[in-house]
This record gives sequence, C-alpha cells and structure tokens, in this order.
Amino acid sequence: MPTRIKLQDGEYRLVEDPFTTVGDDAGLPPGDVIISLTRFQTEGDQLLSEGRKVGVRLEPAEEVEALVYDLPRIALVAVVFPKYRDGRSYTAARLLRERYGFEREIRAVGEVLREQAGFMARVGIDAFSPADGSTPEDWARATHRQRHVYQRAADRRTPAFAERE
Amino acid sequence: MYRYDTLDKEFLADRAAEFREQVGRRLAGEITEDQFKMIRLMNGLYLQLHAYMLRIAVPYGALNPTQMRALAQIGRKYDKGYGHFTTRTNLQFHWIKLADAPDILDALAAVDMHAIQTSGNCIRNTTADPFAGATAEEIDDPRVWSEAIRQWSSLHPEFSFLPRKFKVAITGSAKDRTAAKVHDIGLMMRRGRDGAFGFEVIVGGGLGRTPYVGPTINEFLPANRLFSYLEAVLRVYNRHGRRDNIYKARIKILVAALGAEEFARQVKEEWEKIGPAGDLPDTEIARIRGAFVPMDFDTLVNRSEAFEAAKAADPALARFARNNLREHKRPGYTIVEISLKAIGETPGDATSDQMDVVADLAERYGHGDIRVTHEQNLVLPHVKLDDLAAVHAGLKAVGLATPNVNLISDIIACPGLDYCALANARAIPIAQDIARTFADQDRAELIGELKIKISGCINACGHHHVGHIGILGVDKKGEEFYQLTLGGSGAEDAAVGSMLGPALPAGRVAGAIDTMVDVYLRERQDGERFLDTFRRTGVTPFKEAVYADAN
Repeated sequence: MPTRIKLQDGEYRLVEDPFTTVGDDAGLPPGDVIISLTRFQTEGDQLLSEGRKVGVRLEPAEEVEALVYDLPRIALVAVVFPKYRDGRSYTAARLLRERYGFEREIRAVGEVLREQAGFMARVGIDAFSPADGSTPEDWARATHRQRHVYQRAADRRTPAFAERE
Repeated sequence: MYRYDTLDKEFLADRAAEFREQVGRRLAGEITEDQFKMIRLMNGLYLQLHAYMLRIAVPYGALNPTQMRALAQIGRKYDKGYGHFTTRTNLQFHWIKLADAPDILDALAAVDMHAIQTSGNCIRNTTADPFAGATAEEIDDPRVWSEAIRQWSSLHPEFSFLPRKFKVAITGSAKDRTAAKVHDIGLMMRRGRDGAFGFEVIVGGGLGRTPYVGPTINEFLPANRLFSYLEAVLRVYNRHGRRDNIYKARIKILVAALGAEEFARQVKEEWEKIGPAGDLPDTEIARIRGAFVPMDFDTLVNRSEAFEAAKAADPALARFARNNLREHKRPGYTIVEISLKAIGETPGDATSDQMDVVADLAERYGHGDIRVTHEQNLVLPHVKLDDLAAVHAGLKAVGLATPNVNLISDIIACPGLDYCALANARAIPIAQDIARTFADQDRAELIGELKIKISGCINACGHHHVGHIGILGVDKKGEEFYQLTLGGSGAEDAAVGSMLGPALPAGRVAGAIDTMVDVYLRERQDGERFLDTFRRTGVTPFKEAVYADAN
C-alpha cells in the first residue's frame, strides 16, 4: 500500500495511505477515494452512501467556502500545490482549521518540498506527499527548526508575543 | 534602536543554521542549482551577472554603530571593500562567494541582522520615515509599528508564497519620505477626532511596468487593529492576485482590476471575519515601544554659537548646513543627511572605511543612531548643533560631506547593467555623467530641489516614474537608449511622470537635462521647484527645447 507522511501526536511518521486518488474521467476503484471538488459535488452523495470514506482534492483556484457545508462528511481535504511558488493552499488550509473547525486530515499534494514544511505545518496541514523524497525525519527537523514563531496560526504554537508574557 | 531579546536572537540563529545546512547540501552536490534557487532566494542571495549578490535587510532603515561596523567588516572580508545601499533601505554586496554566505549570515545574526525576506514573493522589508523619532512632524514613531510588522511578517505561515513580492511603507506624519503611495501598502499615520491615532491605508501603488499611485481604501484604521487588517489585505491578495503572468501579479493589478471600492469591500468583509483575534495585543506593541533605546536629549537653546562661528569661518560647512540639515524636534539638535552621491561616484555605494567613520560619528555625536533613506543616503538623526563642525570634518575626511541632498546631483540609480542580470542599460554611468554636468555647487543650489531617478530596466528599481525627472534605460537593437519622464513624485504629492518624447542615446542624456534645467530657470516663478514649474507649464516647453536641440 502507498504511504504518506503523517503528523500524529506531535510525531511525523510514514503511514499507509488507504485512499486512492481518482481523476475526473477515471473509473472508481473500490475503497476510500480522493476526488475533485467537481466530482464530489455530483457523485459525493452516492459514494458516501456506499459507506466509503471520501476525500476532496481542492485546487488553488477553488474556494474553500464551497466545501464548508460538506465538511462533516469529508474524510480529508487534499490541498494542491501545483508549484511550490503557488501559496494559495496555505490560506485554504488555515481557513479550514481556524475558521471552519475542520479537524480531520489536511494533506499537501503536488510540488511539496521539505523547505515548505515549516509553513505547511503552521497552517494546519498534517499529511504530506513530498515530491523530493524527503523522509519523516526531514519533516520533523524542518518543522522544529525555528524555536520561536512570531504569529498565531493553526498549529497553536505559542507565538513570541505570548512567550514573552 | 529596538533591542533584540533572547527570542529575537534565537530566531535569527535558527534561521542562519538552517541556511548553513542548505548551502552544505548544495556545495556537496546533493541538490541542483535549480532546487537551491528557492532556498537562496529565501535568504536574500541572488545569482547576478558576475557573482552572487547578498541583499541584507536593514529593517525600516535603522542601524546602530555596531551593526554598521559589522557591515563594513563583511565588505572588507567577503567583498571588495564596499557595499551598496538600495532604494529599499537595504544593503547589497555584489561580489559574494556562495561558500562564504553562511559565515556572513552568522556574522549578521551576531549583531541582530539578517537577510530574511529580502527576496522572493513574500513580505519584504518595511520602509519607514528616516527621520522617525527626530522630526517634530510625527504623530507617532513609525519604527514601533515597523518592528511589529517585521516580526509578524517573518516566516509568515500563510503569506510567504504570495503571487509576487510585497512591500509596506509607514510614515509617522503627513510628510512622506517613504514613497508610501507607490508601495503595495502605504500606511500614513493620522490623528483621529478623539485624539487616538490610526493609519490611512493606501493599497496597490507601485512602479515597474504599470505604475500606479495607490488609492486609499481606508481613511482611518485604528492603530490597534492594524494586524488583522493587514491579514485581510494579504489574504484577499493571496487568494485572488494573478499568478499566470509575473508582470500582472502585484497587488496593484488586482486593485485596479477590481476597482478600489470593490477591493476595499472585500478586505472589509474578510477583516470582519478575522476580528480582533488577528491583532497583536496592546501589551506587545507597548513592549516593542519600550525596547527602543530611550533618547536622553540635553536641554539646549536653539542657537549654537559654536556652530554659527564655524559656519562663518568655513564656507564648505555653511554650504553643507544649507543643504544637508533638517529640523529636529529638540532645540539645539539637528538631523544630518549624509549624501552617498559624491560627484562621479556610484549612487548609494559606501566603502567599508566610510561605514566605519559613520559608525564612529554616530556613536560619538549621534546617540548611536543611523538611518538609511530610500533615496540611498544615510542620516544621523540626532546631532547637537554644537557638534556639527566636528561631524562635518569627520565626514569630509572620507569624502562623505557632499552638500547636495535633494539637489540635482542627489540622484537615485539602480545598479543597472553594470551588475544586474535583468537590466537593459547601464544606470550608474548616466548618473555620474549628470552629476559631473552639475558639479558646480552654486548652480546646483540655484536650481534647488530636483530629484532625478534612473532605472536600468522597466522593473523600475531606480523609481524613475516618481522622479521629478525620471530616466529609464531601454535596449534598442543592442544599443542603450534612455526614455525621459517629467513630473513624477514619490512624496505626499505622489504622481507618475509623463513621457518627454523619443528615447535619447546615452551621450545626450546629461545635455538634455541641462537644457530642461535652463527652461525651468527661465520659466520658474516665485522660487517654485522644478516640479511645480512643470506642473504649471506642462511638458511642452521642455519637449520643444530638448528636441529642438536634437534637430
């Protein structure tokens, strides 16, 4: 079974990934799937009624607000980074966590590199399919690199101004 | 100066350690230059025409003598004995070896400095009024807010991969010495009706290919709501700014496409959702304010007999005093501007020896405070008039007493084709040519305030759009030509200059400016500035004179 890096109880681990990512035109395999927002909007009810877990892939140009009412039914959200430079999915992840209270997996897919680890962890992304062959150890190191952070964010780390109090 | 606490220091140390490891991976061949590009650009390291260039952040343009000496030492040890102050109030070293970069970042961290976010599509160094804390005009000290922004924007989890770079300017008074209206966000301190202070928020100004004077989207933002509001602006931009075309990716394009009103509405809607949870606690702003070294000014009278006597005895000092001093808020003190535009030299360059002398003078006579201006000069903001003769002598000894601040030879220029991989034409030799043409100081003073700004390409690092006279280098079939614009301003009366006419070859630029200056001197009324005359007469008399000469 394929794997992804997952943050569990503060530890980065390589864990099995039961989800199959399915394109819009592909046939549906049995089991848990990740599908596009468009496909979810047309086929989501059917798939959920079959008792499988369904994850939704959210492209950077898609509004996270479109998912809000379905969040209780969604097993995970895969936020896409088509290029590492495209930072829209940081906002999507942060809003999912902070504004819409989504507590299940948010997975980073696409051009996911260890240099982004610190940023991704801070906006609440907790699962990673890296494109650079990096390991859970690399991710642990990258996200703990800075002993201090200056902002409040979705990871609930204590920001500098609160540490100083 | 803001004093770093342990936490601020550890933040820089961690960052420098990470970069050392990354450079190690590159030097060992574990990552390609292409993969390394993202990493180095997050640490201010550019690959230019001849070597690596390291851009060091000078947050809101403030330096203490220890920091200035460290920069001088880096220049000596790792570069060619000089550095280049930029229009972002940063300092660039143009001849850096990759293997030295980690040691340089360590040396910087040791004096509370860094190169974080001096490149890349993130929130860059904030520009603040270089006279902050010294001018009587200010409502509040913009450095306090700039330092808070520095911290808030450092490795921001959500806003480090924006559509394009993002620059903020803050001015503490109605007078604008930061070019606030041509920044991505300009914040101009305002006093509210109830006496509380806040900011006028200007968004979407900018230069480059598509210059805009930014519109005001909020007339009065209460100061304690600044950070939630910044978050709202950045979030709207991060989500909706264009990413398909690098030239249309700045926030100005989004603001122009939506219209200022609609953009303001979207920001307000987002801001209301964020609420005060997005703001910094008042206690943290108070802590930052308290972490600035307090100034213990002496009680003096406004007139210094020593200074008056020295001026009477030394015409060079008198000239320096006429052109390089600005009014200080305390009697008996003055703000000293140090021109980095010595005639025939590269605008913005300072040698390591000059940096050391500025550090010494600041320590001895200037409360240990040094500023960098976006016009590529330095400032000693707190000097006693009694000490001015000594300061002037010290500056003069190292060629830093050029009495031309705001005059025609005080020219802004980007590094241009002499260094930069993006440039189409050289900028520095043009600046040197013009400065030589107006080397006569009496004539320069007679002409008065005239701001010339030169960019070697359309990216406009030399801010040519907002020059009273702007000069843009263009490439015409392999030959360098220069497009002149008139009537721009980066101050509170901000305006984008209008085109004079067809571009001129390099050899004709200084002559054309000389011609236009003659037109101005002929046309000017009641001591008006070049800019005011231009605004009154329009482009025609200038255009006729320049192109009549060409025929």
